[in-house]
Amino acid sequence: MTAESHFLAFDPAQDFKLLFLALALPLVGYVIQLSAGKRLPRQGDWLLTGGLFATASITVLMFAKSLWAAYHGLEFRHHSGDEAGLWFHWFYSSDELANGVANVSAAIFYDPLGAAMLMVVGVVSFCVHLFSIGYMHGTPRYHIFFANISLFTFAMLGLVLSDNLLFLFIFWELMGLMSYLLIGHFSHDPSSGYFHKWATKACKKAFLTTRVGDTCLLVGMVIFFWKFETFRFTELWRLSIEEIARHQSLHPGEYPLWMTVGGLFIFGGTIGKSAQFPLHIWLPDAMAGPTPVSAMIHAATMVAAGVFLLGRCYPMFTPDVLDVIAAVGTITAIFAATIGTTAYDLKAVLAWSTISQLGFMVAAIGLGGVVAGLFHMVTHAFFKACLFLSAGSVIHGCHHEQDMRNMGGVRKHMPITFACMLASTIAIAGIPFFSGFYSKDMIILRAWENILGGKFTGASFFAAVGLPLAAACTAFYMFRMIFMTFSDSYRPGTVESPFAHHGGGHDDHGHDAHGHDAHGREEQGHADHGHADHGHADHGHAAPAHAHAATAHGHDAHGHDAHGHDSHAGHATPHESPLPILVALCILAFLGVFGGHFWLADPLHALKFWEHAHTWFETSVSFQSLYGAQIGDRLAAAVAVDEHAAHQAHTVALCVSLAVASLGILVAWLIYGRGWERSQRIAGRITHAIHAIYEVVKGKYFVDEALGTAIVVDMKRKDEPRYEPDASVIGASVQLANFLGWIDRNVVDATVNLVGRIGMSFGTGSATFDRVVIDGAVNGVGLFTQTFGSLVRLFQSGRVQQYATFAVFGGLALAVWLILL
Amino acid sequence: MGLGAYIAVSAALFALGIVAILVRRNVLYVLMGIEMILNAANINFVAFNRFNHAEGSQSNLDGRMFAIFVIILAAAEAAVALAIVLNVFHLFNSVKPAEADLLRE
Repeated sequence: MTAESHFLAFDPAQDFKLLFLALALPLVGYVIQLSAGKRLPRQGDWLLTGGLFATASITVLMFAKSLWAAYHGLEFRHHSGDEAGLWFHWFYSSDELANGVANVSAAIFYDPLGAAMLMVVGVVSFCVHLFSIGYMHGTPRYHIFFANISLFTFAMLGLVLSDNLLFLFIFWELMGLMSYLLIGHFSHDPSSGYFHKWATKACKKAFLTTRVGDTCLLVGMVIFFWKFETFRFTELWRLSIEEIARHQSLHPGEYPLWMTVGGLFIFGGTIGKSAQFPLHIWLPDAMAGPTPVSAMIHAATMVAAGVFLLGRCYPMFTPDVLDVIAAVGTITAIFAATIGTTAYDLKAVLAWSTISQLGFMVAAIGLGGVVAGLFHMVTHAFFKACLFLSAGSVIHGCHHEQDMRNMGGVRKHMPITFACMLASTIAIAGIPFFSGFYSKDMIILRAWENILGGKFTGASFFAAVGLPLAAACTAFYMFRMIFMTFSDSYRPGTVESPFAHHGGGHDDHGHDAHGHDAHGREEQGHADHGHADHGHADHGHAAPAHAHAATAHGHDAHGHDAHGHDSHAGHATPHESPLPILVALCILAFLGVFGGHFWLADPLHALKFWEHAHTWFETSVSFQSLYGAQIGDRLAAAVAVDEHAAHQAHTVALCVSLAVASLGILVAWLIYGRGWERSQRIAGRITHAIHAIYEVVKGKYFVDEALGTAIVVDMKRKDEPRYEPDASVIGASVQLANFLGWIDRNVVDATVNLVGRIGMSFGTGSATFDRVVIDGAVNGVGLFTQTFGSLVRLFQSGRVQQYATFAVFGGLALAVWLILL
Repeated sequence: MGLGAYIAVSAALFALGIVAILVRRNVLYVLMGIEMILNAANINFVAFNRFNHAEGSQSNLDGRMFAIFVIILAAAEAAVALAIVLNVFHLFNSVKPAEADLLRE
């Protein structure tokens, strides 16, 4: 069987249409769902989940084709415009300007990275849809929720498939909008109590914060477009390499300043979207959305987009930009990992871990390890989606409790969820044979290669030390989470928490729902609910009154009626989640375990993990397959180190990553693994010893406070408190906006008005001239004629004798004149 | 009597005719004025015929013949003019030329 006829060979005639179908299905589903979703049976969830299943199947098939090509050493870079003539011409001036200034055409670009990413998006989104069927069942606006996550998926698929920066940006913005709508899903649902108020603010915060980054990206895009007059990635890469070479031939060792500036602006987009320091602030608050949305945002879509962008734009970055990227990524990784160790909210732990892992990916790309960074993005998508959905399952099972202190012992009640979550936790902690190990090890390897291979920069030293530190923290807080949630025995109501009231309306819990944070300065709302002095046991609902709503799907059905709230007075034990949730969890847990390296295919080789495991991702994605042979070789040469250094670095990285993972898990076990009471004692002693540091970390380094973006949910106030713009960055922005508004009104508008007034006076003058001179001339001719006429008329009396008189005297005058002269 | 006397009579007659045409209010006087002008011309014709040919040459009758033509012309003119006057009278119920001012229109 030849390569061309094999069923896994890429066929441009057919496969682009399949890809297009995969892209279009969620969009079509969205339109149908939006227009008819409410009237469909089960509010249309089967329709969209089915559509997503088809999309996921196509993406998996296409991914298999890319792997097949990679393992057969074939090039796999496909462009629907060049190969199949499938273009989407948005606007263009003429055909002569095929890549000209006023010509924006898009096509599907499908390379190994796109294939892997598309598969991740398809599969994870399908799992999230499946999960939502179980999780969101019976909540208000159920059909809208499905419509929105479907369009969210569409945006990410489109982003992955675009062949140019402009369309990537369009989908990028669409994703921003969808994240806004989905994080704010509960803001339309007053019965969700605490979440109602939180979501209202969190979605705005997410939208506005990412908008800062998006603006940077737009500026960066324009800078590159201005110089290169194209948005196409392949063109941008080629031109960037040429520009750098041209510049270095004039100034050896230097790089074009404008490319550094443009690259930093593009990285600004990643800072916003991928929640890098200091624009990470929106991500923890994005938990205000439903848990499936968190899984989407944290795993497959949204934050992955920023890293994907870096992967797509890597050849356009100068070394200076890469250093900044590496430094920001490392800072984010350590920063978020330390905060993760102090969080009590189950989802908050995962949110901080996402930020931390994103820091790893970004740092890796900054260190020149594009493959490592993108690999971590892929494996992270699997295990983080699994973690979030497992957390959702736990929260669902624990009656919408999110505070880990009120959990414990869930393992016995939810064994399948526990197994899936444990597998993903091991994966993220970086234990060999689990997917996260391979990618994280590659990142740390990259940092050490830079140092040992003599490509020493400040950023790589920082990363080589900082990233293992963050990895240790990761292992620690993830196992802390596992121990707190699943070990010991169930202990509901240990601390006051606003979450358990979710879905029950306001009246049950009345005034005491807001927590006070540990430093007691102001009500802090999420994640830290300090004291437990309010009685808590009586917040159950008047169950019989709600029982009739158990099967209703209308707007007044409450969040979790469907799974039997009748037994909630007092605290019912957790229960395992329904089948759709478990299926989704198992798929993702499987991928979380084997997504990095499918070692079951060759277990004996896999056991020798001190040898470098050659994963599918490295086979498929390399510099050459990402950016083409020519550019790829050049980029690979820039980061290559000699064999000896590589070998050394490999040993160091392996030891380091194994050591930090075991250390983190060991410490977690010592503190939290030996019973709840003991853990509280030990943790209390430690936090007391490092009190000041603990408070700073627990306060999330007060970034939110510094930026003035802290969300305060006060259940007592009926009206929504606004951001108070005083002495903060947001406040400064508001002042700046006011100032710009003043300028707009008084300078810009004044200029416009002045121009208008000048135009008007000119018009008036012109009209006057027209009236006086032009009309005057015309009228004057008429008037003269008339006057002359009436004068001449006097002679025309009609009297014959008068005429005769004139004739006679005329004749006389003539005669006199003739005779005398 | 010389030629000058004839011409003087003729000129006086012409002037009287002109004045009659210009100032008389009745159209019949105007017609008479026209006749006087014609006759002034006739006197001139005859007088110049009598006095103004070369000495010794055969006298001709050109001037006298012109005078006879003018008399005939005057007769015809009078016939036409009186017909017009009649019509004017029918139209305006007046024979005063000042009132027949339709030419003004």
